Amino acid sequence: MGGLEKKKYERGAATNYITRNRARKKLQLSLPDFRRLCILKGIYPHEPKHKKKVNKGSTAPRTFYLLKDIKFLLHEPIVSKFREYKVFVRKLRKAYGKSEWGTVERLKDNKPTYKLDHIVKERYPTFVDALRDLDDALSMCFLFSTFPRTGKCHVQTIQLCRRLAVEFQNYVIASRSLRKVFLSIKGIYYQAEVLGQTITWITPYAFAHDHPTDVDYRVMATFTEFYTTLLGFVNFRLYHSLNLLYPPKIDSQAADELKPAEGKEYAMDSESYLERLSALSASLARAVAPTHEDEVEVDEFPVEGETAELMDAKKKEQEALEKHKKLFEGLRFFLNREVPREPLAFVIRCFGGQVSWDKSLCIGATYDATDPSITHHIIDRPRLDKQVVGRYYLQPQWVFDSVNAKLCLPVADYFPGVLLPPHLSPFVTEKEGDYVPPEKLKLLALQRGENPEEESEEEEEEEEEEDDNDKEEEEEEDESEKEEEMKLQKMEEQKMEEQKTQSKVLPVKVTAGKVRLEDKQRLEQEQQSEEKRLAIMMMKKREKYLYKKIMFGKKRKIREANKLAEKRKAHDAALKEQKKKNKKARQA
Amino acid sequence: MEQPSPSGGSPELSDSEQSEESSVYSGLEDSGSDSECSGNGEEEEEEEEEEEEEAPGSPSGPQAQAPGKRKTLEDDSPLEGKQDLVVHDEYEEDSSDEEDIRNTVGNIPMEWYQDFPHVGYDLDGKKIYKPLRSKDELDLFLEKMENPEYWRTVQDGQTGAEVPLSEEQLELIRRLQRGNFGDVGFDPYEPAVDFFSHEVRIHPVTNRPADKRSFIPSLVEKEKVSKLVHAIKMGWIQPRKPKENVPTFYDLWAREDPNSVLGRHKMHVPAPKIPLPGHAESYNPPPEFLLSPEEQLAWEQQDPAERRPSFIPRKFRSLRAVPAYSRFIHERFERCLDLYLCPRQRRMRVNVDPEDLIPKLPRPRDLQPFPTTQALIYRGHSSLVRTLSVSPSGQWLVSGSDDGTVRFWEVSTARCLRSIPVGSVVRSVAWNPNPSICLVAVALDEQVLLVNPGLGDRLLVAATDQLLDSWEAPEEERIQPVRWIPAGPEERGKGIRLLVQHDKPVTQVTWHGKGDYWASVVRNPGGRQVLIHQSSRRWSQNPFRKSPGMIQCVRFHPLRPYFLVASQRSVRVYNLLRQELTRKLQSNCQWISSMAVHPGGDNVICGSYDSKLAWFDLDLSTRPYRLLRHHGRAVRAVAFHRRFPLFASGSDDGSVIVCHGMVYSDLLQNALLVPLKVLRGHAARLQLGVLDVAFHPQQPWLFSAGADGTLRLYA
Repeated sequence: MGGLEKKKYERGAATNYITRNRARKKLQLSLPDFRRLCILKGIYPHEPKHKKKVNKGSTAPRTFYLLKDIKFLLHEPIVSKFREYKVFVRKLRKAYGKSEWGTVERLKDNKPTYKLDHIVKERYPTFVDALRDLDDALSMCFLFSTFPRTGKCHVQTIQLCRRLAVEFQNYVIASRSLRKVFLSIKGIYYQAEVLGQTITWITPYAFAHDHPTDVDYRVMATFTEFYTTLLGFVNFRLYHSLNLLYPPKIDSQAADELKPAEGKEYAMDSESYLERLSALSASLARAVAPTHEDEVEVDEFPVEGETAELMDAKKKEQEALEKHKKLFEGLRFFLNREVPREPLAFVIRCFGGQVSWDKSLCIGATYDATDPSITHHIIDRPRLDKQVVGRYYLQPQWVFDSVNAKLCLPVADYFPGVLLPPHLSPFVTEKEGDYVPPEKLKLLALQRGENPEEESEEEEEEEEEEDDNDKEEEEEEDESEKEEEMKLQKMEEQKMEEQKTQSKVLPVKVTAGKVRLEDKQRLEQEQQSEEKRLAIMMMKKREKYLYKKIMFGKKRKIREANKLAEKRKAHDAALKEQKKKNKKARQA
Repeated sequence: MEQPSPSGGSPELSDSEQSEESSVYSGLEDSGSDSECSGNGEEEEEEEEEEEEEAPGSPSGPQAQAPGKRKTLEDDSPLEGKQDLVVHDEYEEDSSDEEDIRNTVGNIPMEWYQDFPHVGYDLDGKKIYKPLRSKDELDLFLEKMENPEYWRTVQDGQTGAEVPLSEEQLELIRRLQRGNFGDVGFDPYEPAVDFFSHEVRIHPVTNRPADKRSFIPSLVEKEKVSKLVHAIKMGWIQPRKPKENVPTFYDLWAREDPNSVLGRHKMHVPAPKIPLPGHAESYNPPPEFLLSPEEQLAWEQQDPAERRPSFIPRKFRSLRAVPAYSRFIHERFERCLDLYLCPRQRRMRVNVDPEDLIPKLPRPRDLQPFPTTQALIYRGHSSLVRTLSVSPSGQWLVSGSDDGTVRFWEVSTARCLRSIPVGSVVRSVAWNPNPSICLVAVALDEQVLLVNPGLGDRLLVAATDQLLDSWEAPEEERIQPVRWIPAGPEERGKGIRLLVQHDKPVTQVTWHGKGDYWASVVRNPGGRQVLIHQSSRRWSQNPFRKSPGMIQCVRFHPLRPYFLVASQRSVRVYNLLRQELTRKLQSNCQWISSMAVHPGGDNVICGSYDSKLAWFDLDLSTRPYRLLRHHGRAVRAVAFHRRFPLFASGSDDGSVIVCHGMVYSDLLQNALLVPLKVLRGHAARLQLGVLDVAFHPQQPWLFSAGADGTLRLYA
């Protein structure tokens, strides 16, 4: 045996990974600084394939980073900024301690700052990459923009978040890229399609937050720091892609309209400006005046392998999308006081509708409640005393459901005070075998162009008739049962008589043998299932485990779907029963 | 005090007099001070009189004093108008440090005199007595009713006398109550006169010449400046950085460089997106997604991390009623934690059709014949049947049971032909495989019986007896590990021909294929456990010098002079001719229960108590070719068919599984194992199911002995 002795853990997987503590020591950073750096640079731990090998034989739970990642962090200029900041804080504390106010002032003037531009560029080398990762950034910015201006984090951060969120909303309005909205119990989900990327974000309902104590706001603030930078650059690029000015300017015409309404109420122009922007009611100024020639017919380039049908389907889809974008075009909405203004204004404007609200509610109202041209009045109270003829009074869910259904739904279900139909999630696409709620089926039929409403009404009527008939039928059934019993009795009597006659003839009792019908299909099935069982027995241990796991998942899915269906059935039955009872009570 | 009041009234009044008067109204000095100038002789006289009166301590003193006082106060009032005209000297009345001349106790708290009958001393050093409290409630009431001055009467703390307040005093009190200044003439809104103005005047305010220090440079400042200069030199103080005038946001991706997509980005594992919400999360979900009360209870009892879904679906009648979600910040925070703390790993999602995982095997139907249904049940034993054996002709069946009998059955009719009571638990029975000999070995307790059942051809029976009886004792007695005892007449009547007495309990007997030799396993850990006997010569020997662990089972090789011994975890193959170990098979099982050898001789199967069945291919490896886990519980018995490619295993779960085990003569092709049928019938009792299985020698039939006291035939 020649050569040097090979030492363990000096090659292979063990050298590719580094534990968190060792990484921290290598970077000479404190844990909070290391955390901040990891968040900003997007470095995350990796799960090694063979944990024990990487952990040098120990099975203690440790987090591992890729050594390459940590080496990459070594060159980061921000690390030195962290150190500078630490020194700055120390100096400042000392100056405060000695009451050297001049020094304090001087130090504060030279407060070290850092920029995250290069990190954004480094993490997202292309713009599409940045768009792909925008979900969390948006959710976080929308959350932070609702925080109170005191306490949890810097006011500047909150203001910046608010600004960026509003800018993004304005972009979505201008580009008409919103696709789906969902009112959940957690908040409102929005889904937009920006440059071919689906972006989903959630905003909380507009209430004061009950700030939890077990949440580390520093971590969230660090994330927000990065996200605001990212979102700022993304907004800039998005605005320029639409030839809009950035920072956004309200269209001069709209601005003029808005100006006289409020000049006095807002002392600070900058503040009122953001407020007006966040009202979402005005369109934005463009760098280049929009020309209608922009909308050129796109030439078709037939791709090989694509059949005409496929092309047609594509074209149809495109048309549907265009139609969806112009869903509320020409409609004028008015939001009542109790309705959440911002989400509704945002959604309505995204689909081309015009929207206004009471002047006292928020800045940016364009027309009054008495305007006769209003087509839809959104209201969220059981009834309204004074109703104006010529407009629909609707509950807010109508707007969201219509957007998700891609068509203006029939308004009858959404009148004030009416029990609303369920609000379904637009994000669920049911596959075969999944449970589909009946409302969804109805909606799908509506989208296909059928009109299930009439049918269902007819059905209901029929049902009612059936209900009426039921009793009769039951009675009939009873009668028929009685008849059958009678028949049977007769038969038996006949038999008895026959037997008696027979017994007189022959004392031996012979019962006729029954012909056992063999269900061939069933036999076949049984045999097949047995074969399968036997084959499963012969599976290898690993495959058997996998197979069982897959089958377990499948079975659970089926079970859950069945359970939901059963629950629905029971619920419907109970409802029907209730209806019947009510009817009876009314009749009596 | 030096200036006498210029009022025209009384310049002759002395200081002491003035002070005296003012101190009379010490409680209300300010108002009293207004009237001092009007003091006149009359008043003084009266006072003197009063003092004189008081001196003897008459109780009527204060009462008498009161009208006098009132008088003076009343006298004051007309003079008020005059006062305004008079330039008032503010120091005139400053008599707070003056002593009260009526009562000389000084400026002390009067409650010190609470417990004494007097309140102090007058100028002559006589006690001033407190006025007697002679009034009872009635008197007080009467006075309250009758005296119009009662409401303005107060008690003088100094003398204890009751004093009615004057009009001015009352007015003063009212003014103070209203929050006005006490002095009527005071104007709080006088125009302010600036002494110093911001305008530079030609005349300085002070005429003081400038200090010298204002002409010479300051040392302190020099020190400070030099400190700063030093700090700048050393780089401790940096000049203020000029503000960079760069826009915060610009087109970052103006020039998208394809080279900037590094290997890092390809290695990057993007965090999975948050799953999108389903119908259940809606504020107004369809009714079936709401949890019933039981489900909700179950949800609450679950660990928060395991809850599915992580929230309780709720229904609200309108959007207005939807509250804030209390865990919103939590969820965002958890997402943040996931993003920077959660280890990531690229994992290929297994996307296989489960049907593809099932191995493609030949259909059992094509592998017929094999036993498929239960055909017969042999009832008769009253306790569990431990063992069974089939005669080489396939006509008879022998079984041994815990009820202490050995029964012989006719296979085709399930009739019990003979029952031999042996008196103890039968551990093992084995029918001699030689068709020309009719002999059965029965193992019970410490002996093995060789039984001639007397079934079938009489010639054969007689020949067997003759064969056994033809033995002649050798001339020199050899030492044997066992004793061969010829049966007595009574036992002979039962069919027993020979008893082989061992020294320890025998657990298994097995015949060699030729039918002359047989082996027995003795439960004797550490000692000799395996014995090989020759029945024709009544000769036994111990083949092993050393015991290879606890031996479970032994078999003779069907073709070659090999002997297989199964210990707890391995099977050893010995060459009997060359007297050596040829092979040791590792079973990968915890505890082997039984073993069977393929009639071809190259394959062995072992059943184990950990519910496995190991198939060994002796040509292939010492490890099992296949480990079959078909049974749910311990495998008790395994058997090969002599003619068909079948093998069976019986287990404690009450089932017998028949498998197709085709062995090819081509050495390159491995054996084909296909499970064919799961045969059920035996009921489990005492956690025991099937205890023994055996195949019919010619037919594809299977016998099984169960713990429920029956034997069953599957055909």
